[in-house]
Amino acid sequence: MSLRSAFVPASALIVFLLLWEGLVRANGWPNYKMASPSDLGPAFTKHWDLFLVMSWQTLWRTVVGLLLAIVVGTGLGMLMGFSRLMRDALYPLLVGFNAIPKATVVPIVALMFVGQHDFNTILIAFMISFFPIAVSVSIGLSTLEPEYRDILRSLGASQATIFWKIALPKTLPEFFGALKVAVTLAFIGTNLMEIVSPHGRGLGALFDSGKTNSDYPLMFAVLVMLAFLGIVLFYVVVFLERIFAGWADR
Amino acid sequence: MYPMIKIEGVRHAYQTPTGPLPVLDGLEMSLDEGGFVAVVGPSGCGKSTLTRLVSGLMKPDEGRVMLHGEIVAGPRSTVGMAFQNPVLLEWRSILQNVMLPLEIVSNSLSKTERVERARYLLSLVGLEGFEDKRPSELSGGMRQRASLCRALVHKPEVLILDEPFGALDAFTREDLWQTMHKVKEQESFTGVLITHDLREAIFLANQVIVLSGRPARTQYVLDVPDTGPRDLEHLYTPEAAEMLAILRHQIEIAQGRAPSDQEVA
Ligand SMILES: Nc1ncnc2c1ncn2[C@@H]1O[C@H](COP(=O)(O)OP(=O)(O)O)[C@@H](O)[C@H]1O
Ligand SMILES: [Mg+2]
Repeated sequence: MSLRSAFVPASALIVFLLLWEGLVRANGWPNYKMASPSDLGPAFTKHWDLFLVMSWQTLWRTVVGLLLAIVVGTGLGMLMGFSRLMRDALYPLLVGFNAIPKATVVPIVALMFVGQHDFNTILIAFMISFFPIAVSVSIGLSTLEPEYRDILRSLGASQATIFWKIALPKTLPEFFGALKVAVTLAFIGTNLMEIVSPHGRGLGALFDSGKTNSDYPLMFAVLVMLAFLGIVLFYVVVFLERIFAGWADR
Repeated sequence: MYPMIKIEGVRHAYQTPTGPLPVLDGLEMSLDEGGFVAVVGPSGCGKSTLTRLVSGLMKPDEGRVMLHGEIVAGPRSTVGMAFQNPVLLEWRSILQNVMLPLEIVSNSLSKTERVERARYLLSLVGLEGFEDKRPSELSGGMRQRASLCRALVHKPEVLILDEPFGALDAFTREDLWQTMHKVKEQESFTGVLITHDLREAIFLANQVIVLSGRPARTQYVLDVPDTGPRDLEHLYTPEAAEMLAILRHQIEIAQGRAPSDQEVA
């Protein structure tokens, strides 16, 4: 990373924080209206042990939900990409499922699997994030130029060979594009469950406790922490994308 | 001696939601080993279908398609194909793209022999120095050259070219015609070229087949004398003009824009 590529985003961040601080001070907003960046430091140091534990819980459950979404999403995408019949059958179902706001699913899931908080949270993270992956993989596969198939099949290649040599690598750019969206969605899913059905676990629960105790700086600190985790995970995906689909970068 | 490619009384219809669509009806063709046939006909008449029959990707409803006197029962790796869309894989270098068929067709070549074979073909078509480039770094004409190398790398007996130069500008296309002659001199294969360019047909082929409108039958066969390498001047000789006039007339009949010879007589 060059000095410039680190300097530009860093200064943008500083400018953003200054504007935020300035806005709060200029308006004389009290903490219960809007905390300012200078309140965040104390909030973090006061609860640093909680932040560590809760962040880890939010992170691992999000990642597990995401991995599940990758496995199931890729599987569904392959089904729909290779079989016209499956696409016609599954697509409307998936669209309908995806259209349901997940906030309404949270209480249902919480009731169905009472007490299994880890499982519930992972389930919601998964449910909210597999859709873009399934769609992108199916589109990637079904838009494979017929010429590829003809060239390889005329040489006697099997369907599996065509998949590994051409269909799969060709789909990777779309897959990673969808994964970037899915990362953000999975975080939303995890936090929905943690906030709506708090079991004292995860950043969502910490946010909720800030709410009950009217600790507004804590609530803002949680938001910042969530943003930070989201950025980290997003760039992990970007990093993997560079390795596996860097060729699509033009 | 059997002809390399023989097609006899082929009929074929595609099954579509609105019923069968007859595409070929009375297709005949005979081409000796080392020959080069150009197939012309109205668009949508069934030319690509013909290539899929020869390459074994499809079987005809009726009639026989034979290579070396042997009925084509399925895909055989002795065929090489190139299309209007060069479909090179973007995550592979040009060299790796050309070597793709060698990863699929069973062969006894070592890694270095494969690389040598691919490099040789690339230099033959004028792509020396582009081996490590990505497809997106090449012009349309260069990509088509690479696609041609890929079709030839496993030394196929039959080379099928389905409108390979159709999307190129006129100058690039004429360049590629010259390249084709060069390739024909060095490599031994029997060629089937689908084209809608009559000048291309008589410049490259020793036999031109005109297909009728759909469902296609073999409507006219023209033998082209003097098929060795030559320059573009040959397209402006009186002999060439005469052949082009005949073919143009046949195409008009196939399109239904001129009465057929029987009707006239
Ligand atoms: N797989 C298919 N299923 C149904 N119809 C097809 C199929 N492939 C081609 N056709 C139809 O058959 C006709 C001939 O196709 P094709 O051989 O590709 O023609 P050409 O290459 O001469 O333009 C066209 O009308 C086309 O729409
Ligand atoms: Mg065609």
